[in-house]
Amino acid sequence: MSGHGPKLALPKFLSFLRNRPTKENGLVSWLTTVDHKRIGILYLYTSFFFLFVGGIEALFVRTQLSANDLEIFVGSTYNQLVTMHATTMIFLAIMPLAAAFFNFMIPLQIGARDVAFPRLNAFSYFMYLAGGIVLNASWFMGGASDVGWFAYAPLTSSTYSPTHGVDFWILGLILTGISSTVAAINFIVTIINMRAPGMTLMKMPVFSWMAFVTAFLLAFALPVITIALIILFMDRNYGTTFFQTAAGGDPILWQHLFWVFGHPEVYIIVLPAFGIVSEIIPVFSKKPLFGYKLVVLSGAAIGFMGFTVWSHHMFTVGMGPIVNSAFSITTAAIAIPTGVKIFNWILTLWNGKIKFSVPMMYATALVFLFMVGGFSGLMHGAAASDFQQHDTYFVVAHFHYTILGGGLFGFLAGTVYWLPKFFGKIMDEERGRKIFWWIFASFNLTFFPMHFLGTGGMPRRIYTYSADMEWTALNGFITLASFVLGITLLVFFIEVIKAVKSKNKASADPWDARTLEWSIPSPPPVYNFADLPKVEKVDEFWESKISNKPIKTLPRDPHGIHMPGKSWMPLITSVGLMLASFGAIYQSDLRYIGLGIFLLAYYGWALEGDAEYYLPYPKKGKK
Amino acid sequence: MEALKLQPVITAFSVFGVFVCIVLTYYALVNLFKSFPRIRSKKDKEAIMDEDADAHHHVETYTGEPNIKLFWWVFLASDCMFFGSLITAYLIYKGQSLVGPYPLDVFDMELTTISTFILLLSSFFMVLTLSSIQKGDLGKFRFWCFSTFLCGLTFLGFQVYEFEHFIHEGLRLKTNLFGSTFYLLTGTHGVHVAIGVLWLLGMFIYSFWGGITKERAIEVEIAGLYWHFVDVVWIVIFSVIYLMELPIGG
Ligand code: HEM
Ligand SMILES: [Cu+2]
Repeated sequence: MSGHGPKLALPKFLSFLRNRPTKENGLVSWLTTVDHKRIGILYLYTSFFFLFVGGIEALFVRTQLSANDLEIFVGSTYNQLVTMHATTMIFLAIMPLAAAFFNFMIPLQIGARDVAFPRLNAFSYFMYLAGGIVLNASWFMGGASDVGWFAYAPLTSSTYSPTHGVDFWILGLILTGISSTVAAINFIVTIINMRAPGMTLMKMPVFSWMAFVTAFLLAFALPVITIALIILFMDRNYGTTFFQTAAGGDPILWQHLFWVFGHPEVYIIVLPAFGIVSEIIPVFSKKPLFGYKLVVLSGAAIGFMGFTVWSHHMFTVGMGPIVNSAFSITTAAIAIPTGVKIFNWILTLWNGKIKFSVPMMYATALVFLFMVGGFSGLMHGAAASDFQQHDTYFVVAHFHYTILGGGLFGFLAGTVYWLPKFFGKIMDEERGRKIFWWIFASFNLTFFPMHFLGTGGMPRRIYTYSADMEWTALNGFITLASFVLGITLLVFFIEVIKAVKSKNKASADPWDARTLEWSIPSPPPVYNFADLPKVEKVDEFWESKISNKPIKTLPRDPHGIHMPGKSWMPLITSVGLMLASFGAIYQSDLRYIGLGIFLLAYYGWALEGDAEYYLPYPKKGKK
Repeated sequence: MEALKLQPVITAFSVFGVFVCIVLTYYALVNLFKSFPRIRSKKDKEAIMDEDADAHHHVETYTGEPNIKLFWWVFLASDCMFFGSLITAYLIYKGQSLVGPYPLDVFDMELTTISTFILLLSSFFMVLTLSSIQKGDLGKFRFWCFSTFLCGLTFLGFQVYEFEHFIHEGLRLKTNLFGSTFYLLTGTHGVHVAIGVLWLLGMFIYSFWGGITKERAIEVEIAGLYWHFVDVVWIVIFSVIYLMELPIGG
């Protein structure tokens, strides 16, 4: 694993490990790939798929709420839909969407040939897929979890949730948690160690910077939820009493553990999107990012402060006025670095030669929409006011403005912006614009009225209401708008696929952009950079374009271009852990089989080594 | 497996382990003193630097540190949060159990102190394991690697013994909050030790296949990093679970 000597010492009976998969095309090549670009594409498509699944669940929920006293999805079915909608969207759609961009873009932005641990990267993807399968398998195996995405104790106990739904949910999240932790560590090492010579941290593109901060958030927040999930699993299956009041346990402990993870999690979602916006706005304003350092530092500050505000989710639990005030203050404080970013973006736009291409439309929309979400956040960040808003539709409006208006809009921007790098194709500008306006309008029409419903007293997570509450008209309107939003999002993704299949070949640098990924062909060759770049300034590529001097490069390696070998092991280890999870849910022997497979493949992984090989260099001048 | 049948075997093994560890310690100390002046000599230093340059010829990283080492540093930082959450849960539920047995009903301080000592010793052996391979002395490497492995195994033996003893006294995972938090925390640590023990055994075997060499000393270094971490975590756990039960001043 260390990248030292390619010769591996292996006894005879293990020498089969030297036969590494070499297929370049077809299914096998995707299952054994270690190329960060291919893994990025896998992440992208898989998260689109789960976005679709989560979207269908949301529309079912909205259908049930479209008028008073409906009985389409009631009781547990409704609760399962709500729970799985949130879980799918957060863990299987939005977070992996960020991972897709991390994977594809970080090595390109920092001038590297791959991530630090290519096989581990493949493992992250397969673990994510395994988690998605376990979570969604519950639908077909006795019903999904129906306790809400935050799964408050004691509702989750085996007394109140006797089916296996919650167990599926726990193990699915543990698997995706492993995936994200491993990926986060991989990106941290990649960013620290694989940067092009000369690219100090303060010359790194902002997107990579936000990825760096996000990775730390993941590495430090996920262990907490993992422990919480393990404890919960033990309570349910091994008779412990961590969350059982009758035996002295404390259900509030769950809330603390969950939100210590949960609040950093919301920044895990939104910081990558901030990073994307910070790339796009300068490119389409033809100006450097205003206050690069401030943007980076405020991102890091948000990362730190994200760990200090979790109890604002628990104001109504009864923690007392002192704790509530303390967390109100920290919550208000975190709005400061967030505001700094907003001002930086606005000042980047100021006096720029602005071009409203599709990515720019999404990026500027994000600035506006996230502000709406941030302000409502500040409103319930004040404990006194939160007593009124907690668990109402007001909060639903808040987090959809932050997660969709902040997160998803950023990723849509990123999809259009980087599509040329991903696939070498560009999206149709005219249709792209139209779709944007449909998404933007239907998004606001869906979620803005929720503020009114919330202040009008409509609680979250109820499956019906009576006519005399007077919520029917707004709800009907919201449902209508949500269907429009669902359909336009679908059209967006169809448009992406159409673009990928089309003949709209993109040039290496279609947007006249600033960062290193645009200095290589679209799509990049397997080795990314034939000649590894040397960096002297922020926006090195832009500087080289305006000064008309090519980017300096490192001397070529006489052996050729160094490449990591493909491997089956990431897939097999993940399958092992997935089987073990199913086994654990049913307490069957399958868990030992699964663990056995995992262990064998793990040793295979260690013993097969990197198996590096070399590709010949392309001719000079021809990139 | 029946608890009663196992106990004498484990006891015998643990006592034997303690004995071996003491002998090893003596030997290790003698060795360590002998090796000090050698590392310091200028010639050796130059030789080491030359090799460093050679090793780095292959992997060039921004910081000069190998990727794998950074990986383990970050992983262990993340692992701290893992143990941190467990320790927090333990502390929150300390003294909250509604029924016994309570900590002082079951703890055997002497026993756990001995096993703690052995785990600490193993860290010391780990240092020697690494320094032997960095000097390219494969024989010594095997010796110390196996010793470290043995210490780890002894520690696990003690832990199994302790768990069985507690179960005898009526403290099970689900007996009370103390049981739940205690077994979860020490058990998680035990799993870490077990992984380390497997790792050490793996390196030991791998060295016979020619997989552990001076040039690949980094592989041993990261195993050491992990092992020391597991040790340090145990010190924290030992203090939090056992030492905090001791009556102050008494
Ligand atoms: C200025 C920044 C923000 C502030 C001050 C803030 C404040 C709050 C507060 C006080 C709550 C609790 C409301 C309640 O349950 O009564 C909350 C809920 C929530 N926030 Fe934010 N927030 C901010 C940014 C974000 C961001 C960036 C995201 C996601 C990308 C986000 C996602 C959420 C979610 C998902 C919930 C609801 C959790 C649940 O109960 O299921 N927030 N926010
Ligand atoms: Cu929060």
